[in-house]
Amino acid sequence: MNKKCDHCKNPATVHLTEIKGGKKVEKHLCQQCAEQQEGIPVNKAHTPINELLTNFVLAHSQGTKELTTNQTCEHCGLPWAEFKQGGLLGCEHDYTQFEKDLTPLLQRAHEGATHHLGKVPARRGGSGVPMKRQADLARLRNDLQKAVEGEDYERAAKIRDQIKTAEG
Amino acid sequence: MKLTDLTTRAGEWLRGNGPMSEIVISSRIRLARNVSGYHFLTKCTRHQRTNLEHKVRDAVLGASISPKTLYVDLQEAPEIDRQLLVERHLISKPHAAAEGARGVAIGESESVSIMVNEEDHLRLQVLRSGLQLEEAWEEINDIDNKLESTLDFAFHPRFGYLTACPTNVGTGIRVSVMLHLPALKLTGEIEKVFRAAKDMRLAVRGLYGEGTEATGDFYQISNQTTLGKAEEEIISDFKNVVIPKIIDYEHHARRTLLNDRTAALDDKVFRALGVLRSARLMASEETLFLLSHLRMGINMGRVKDIDIRTINELFLMTQPAHLQKLMGKKIDGDIRRAARAEFIRQRLSAN
Repeated sequence: MNKKCDHCKNPATVHLTEIKGGKKVEKHLCQQCAEQQEGIPVNKAHTPINELLTNFVLAHSQGTKELTTNQTCEHCGLPWAEFKQGGLLGCEHDYTQFEKDLTPLLQRAHEGATHHLGKVPARRGGSGVPMKRQADLARLRNDLQKAVEGEDYERAAKIRDQIKTAEG
Repeated sequence: MKLTDLTTRAGEWLRGNGPMSEIVISSRIRLARNVSGYHFLTKCTRHQRTNLEHKVRDAVLGASISPKTLYVDLQEAPEIDRQLLVERHLISKPHAAAEGARGVAIGESESVSIMVNEEDHLRLQVLRSGLQLEEAWEEINDIDNKLESTLDFAFHPRFGYLTACPTNVGTGIRVSVMLHLPALKLTGEIEKVFRAAKDMRLAVRGLYGEGTEATGDFYQISNQTTLGKAEEEIISDFKNVVIPKIIDYEHHARRTLLNDRTAALDDKVFRALGVLRSARLMASEETLFLLSHLRMGINMGRVKDIDIRTINELFLMTQPAHLQKLMGKKIDGDIRRAARAEFIRQRLSAN
């Protein structure tokens, strides 16, 4: 198969088949576009297969966000460059403002993880999302990871849809 | 409770009778938390920082974290008091050296401390003697719940508890176990520990945590991953996988020394005891190494007339700020080394 990437003209090495509303859509991508467009970190040699799949499934349950490299946080005024230098964030909103740039850093620091598992405050926190729903989300993500680990992709797809609904 | 009360005795965690205490000195769990609606500390103005300190101080003192809680305003506290708190593992070195409104709340038995305005708004810590990670988690989780009833912690459904440094985000938990591994050091097998830790993505540090060297054969093992793993999972990896493995290595090394190199072992132990009982000038690093060998000798049954509690107290009280508090004045150089040597001689002869 000598297909070229759908986005640029490099040779396509990632071939993706999606079923959208009953229709089959085929995508052919090069390594770089696969990572940027679809969130598939193919060039990380040591990423375990289950992490790769979990991240891929989760990337598809969220809207794509723009890269924020040149941005400054509108809440605390922290420029991304300042964080890169000092290593400390300026406020809680930085995590959403710089989400796209932070994600790969978090993956490196936390064995590929991108989602919290564990304790959730009982009361409503600063994010305004009811904590019960957040706890549900954490549980669902855990279930998703297990489904992927057990190679039960049908179940994984169902859980992904539940996550999508829960995230509103 | 006053700060000076601390200098006359050792904290609960140093009593030296926790589970596995012949190898595990202490178990520590800390949680990083920030108050929603306030910037993290690097972006706080001086005014915001002061407001935050008042708010958190009130919440901490109102949460009855211990029967009696001591709050130390570190902006006001003299350098020697801050140093004393570092030596007792109640605050970090950066927290002692920082500037601006900040403090620490200390529970009665010193097993609980809460740093206010360190790298994060709150750094909760529970310290226990020996291997007691589950007990420490239970206690700190309970304190966290109490604080949460009056403070809104910054939390994100995907990222968990939000922290100033992304390496702490998620659970905000750091689990650290302090180990005494003299036999592995003597048999030249300490590399095994580094390898085991590395395989589990754990960090190995010295006595005072981040950025400190391992001295006197004490090693602190801590988790680095805080996102994507629940607290209980992190703790159970420590308790059931990593720590038992390292304890096994050390036990094995101690048996080897006892069976094959008895004279060399006894020479180390009794040479240490001899110097400690006779020297007239003692530097702090030398003290650590000698006490380490003596501690090993006691735990291996080679020395029978000294108890482990005395050794633990000597580790604590011979540190610079403790000695100076005890003497009631600022001393350094040979005067301090002489005071240290005299203190050790007295304690070891009274045994």
